[in-house]
Amino acid sequence: MTKGSHERHMRTAQTKHRSMRGLAAFGALLLTSSQALAAGIGQPEPWQMDRQVPVTENARDILQFESWVHWLSLAICVFVLGLILWCIYRFSEKRNPTPSKTTHNTLIEVAWTIVPVLILVAVAIPSFRLLRVQLSDPKSDVMIKVTGHAWYWSYEYPADQGGGFSFDANIDEDKQPRLLQTDNEMVVPVNKIVKIQVTAADVMHSWAMPSFGFKIDAVPGRLNQFWFKADREGTYHGQCSELCGQRHAYMPIVVRVVNDEAYAAWLGEAKTKYARIDDGSKLADAR
Amino acid sequence: MATAAAHAGAHEAHDHKPSFFARWFLSTNHKDIGTLYLLFAFCAGMIGAFLSFGIRMEMEAPGLQYFSNPQTYNVFVTGHGLIMVFFMVMPALIGGFGNWFVPLMIGAPDMAFPRMNNISFWLTVAGFCSLICSLFVEGAPGASGAGTGWTVYPPLSTAGHPGPAVDFAIFALHLSGAGSILGAINFITTILNMRAPGMTLHKMPLFAWAELVTAFLLLLSLPVLAGAITMLLTDRNFGTTFFDPAGGGDPILYQHLFWFFGHPEVYIMILPAFGIVSHIIATFSRKPVFGYLAMAYAMVAIGVVGFVVWAHHMYTVGLSLQTQSYFVFATMVIAVPTGVKIFSWIATMWGGSIRFTAAMHWAVGFIFLFTVGGVTGVVLANSAVDKYLHDTYYVVAHFHYVLSLGAVFIIFAGIYYWFPKMTGHIIPEWAGKLHFWLAFIGANILFFPMHFLGLAGMPRRYADYPEAFAGWHKVSTYGGHIFGLGMMVFVIGVILAFRSKERAADNPWGPGATTLEWTLSSPPPFHQFETLPRIVDEPGHH
Repeated sequence: MTKGSHERHMRTAQTKHRSMRGLAAFGALLLTSSQALAAGIGQPEPWQMDRQVPVTENARDILQFESWVHWLSLAICVFVLGLILWCIYRFSEKRNPTPSKTTHNTLIEVAWTIVPVLILVAVAIPSFRLLRVQLSDPKSDVMIKVTGHAWYWSYEYPADQGGGFSFDANIDEDKQPRLLQTDNEMVVPVNKIVKIQVTAADVMHSWAMPSFGFKIDAVPGRLNQFWFKADREGTYHGQCSELCGQRHAYMPIVVRVVNDEAYAAWLGEAKTKYARIDDGSKLADAR
Repeated sequence: MATAAAHAGAHEAHDHKPSFFARWFLSTNHKDIGTLYLLFAFCAGMIGAFLSFGIRMEMEAPGLQYFSNPQTYNVFVTGHGLIMVFFMVMPALIGGFGNWFVPLMIGAPDMAFPRMNNISFWLTVAGFCSLICSLFVEGAPGASGAGTGWTVYPPLSTAGHPGPAVDFAIFALHLSGAGSILGAINFITTILNMRAPGMTLHKMPLFAWAELVTAFLLLLSLPVLAGAITMLLTDRNFGTTFFDPAGGGDPILYQHLFWFFGHPEVYIMILPAFGIVSHIIATFSRKPVFGYLAMAYAMVAIGVVGFVVWAHHMYTVGLSLQTQSYFVFATMVIAVPTGVKIFSWIATMWGGSIRFTAAMHWAVGFIFLFTVGGVTGVVLANSAVDKYLHDTYYVVAHFHYVLSLGAVFIIFAGIYYWFPKMTGHIIPEWAGKLHFWLAFIGANILFFPMHFLGLAGMPRRYADYPEAFAGWHKVSTYGGHIFGLGMMVFVIGVILAFRSKERAADNPWGPGATTLEWTLSSPPPFHQFETLPRIVDEPGHH
């Protein structure tokens, strides 16, 4: 995506944000509707039929690619359905009492082999390009280690990047939306390349963030890496996406994307609030 | 339906038949074993359907309504998956229809190894018993049953389930796997050696081709599963660490081994269905199959390529760019032979004189629904997109479109097509058509909204979910009820068939039905082809 369109996206996002705040000002009656408006971003909304709004460039590109493939799929299904319906109509026993004896047509057989190949090539080329970007390894601004536990996530901000603390994020069942909130949130700066290194302490989990367009498995004994650059401030929700036992559905993921000042302030606060990495005894205070 | 078989027996009074016990428990007759497999698949399918009913009831609304312990929900999901794959679809399509119709279609008196055929069946039953046992012994602490998913990934299946439930589940897979390997050997030997004089491979009916390719897939993939789950068993019980990083192992190794079996497995489930569809479409279009050789070799191609695409189930485990790119490419290749099959079926209908029997309804419905499942498969093949959709309900929708609306639709198509041949009785056409429409509408309402849920981010294998997903889940559950209603119509249809005095002709489907089973009586004699049929040049088969 070019820089221009990138900024445009930023602006639309900000405008939406402002209008939402405006709505909220109307008072208690309208408050609910403004919440409904906000619901589409960072979390699912009722009767949603499409993806959650992507907030990284890669996620947007993939969404664009995916909607293209979905339209293509729709076209193929409609084409096949059309042929079937035509056969049902035209070649029914009543309309066509004498069946033809044709069992071969080299031209058409070659065509229905070659044309799908061409369509697949047209799908594969952009697919490979997106995959290459997704799995590229850009220089990171912030590095965070994420560990999946049965059944909560813990986040570790290394000391050399202004962190030096770790904390657990347990589900908070009192907050709404239900099952999507944690007591502590992972906080990252906006428009910065954030790299997460993901592992698991017991069984496998998967760190999923629909708004960022990816998930990555947390595997014991492995350190998986993924990166994202969120370009819209806000709170984003995800859920564990690898079956991990009894409370698999109860270990949500919350990422708060904030501006640089807020991030610096949060880092300062977090250092006093959360356990230092080198001091395990304070881990109990993490909640 | 046990009376069905007994009745069919009485019908064939001139045949020399063993006593009830010897006939049904020590059976070496391919048709009887086929019947046993079909009855077994029906019973297992009912239990699998009961589990899915539990799943759908729980998912109807957010929160926990029926399962006080979410782990029990996981056990239901696991049981549903394992039962439907290993004890419903495979026994019905391979053990049931395969045993019944491969020898009939190739003009053989029986399978090559009748006694081995018997043990294949009883090993499958024993495996099923072991799986049922696993539901009632402790798995994860404080809950009974294996809640690992049908994939049985470690460490959840090792450290996460200290109780014996997973051992029982593994043993179930070992037993039914051994049964399937023996069955595969039997099919390969039968098809390669016992075709009637004049029936070259290139004249062999497509269903026999489908079973041949399926048997090779079973033979090559199941030993890998057996190895993987044996390693799992020793990790669990004997202190090995194949999959435990603490001892130098790797959980991802298990996934590679599992999916090296698991991906061919999905073709094992669908290839026999492909074969059946070809016959039904050709029969009721009164036209030979279009592009016979391309159809046969498309199945071979699907089988071969199916062995080299396994890691597309593992895009999120942290594979390298090159690895992921390769698996994206290889997976897309499969769409080509599959497309050839879809278009060839349509071309078979094209120019035909189509009779819309119940079986034809199911077969034509299958072509469309399998196309839908196929295109979502192409979407998921793109690793970059799969990073979002992996382990969401989109995947659940995809594989239910190809299995529940694919393989299961063709199991019913096969029943409506061959029921007169197998039993000599006739299921009323209205029952088959009503069943079809209820299943078609029900299954689409059941599974199509799952695409939306997946796109909205709903992860699979969740006992409880945020309120935002409630709407489509409710719709989906209603679809499930409609599908269930269809099953009742099916049962009524079968009961009516046995109560009716009407008897099926040797060939009830007319001149379109050209394969050898229609030259025999309905039901066929206890032993057929005592004089081998000689195949003369069949028009259209090459």
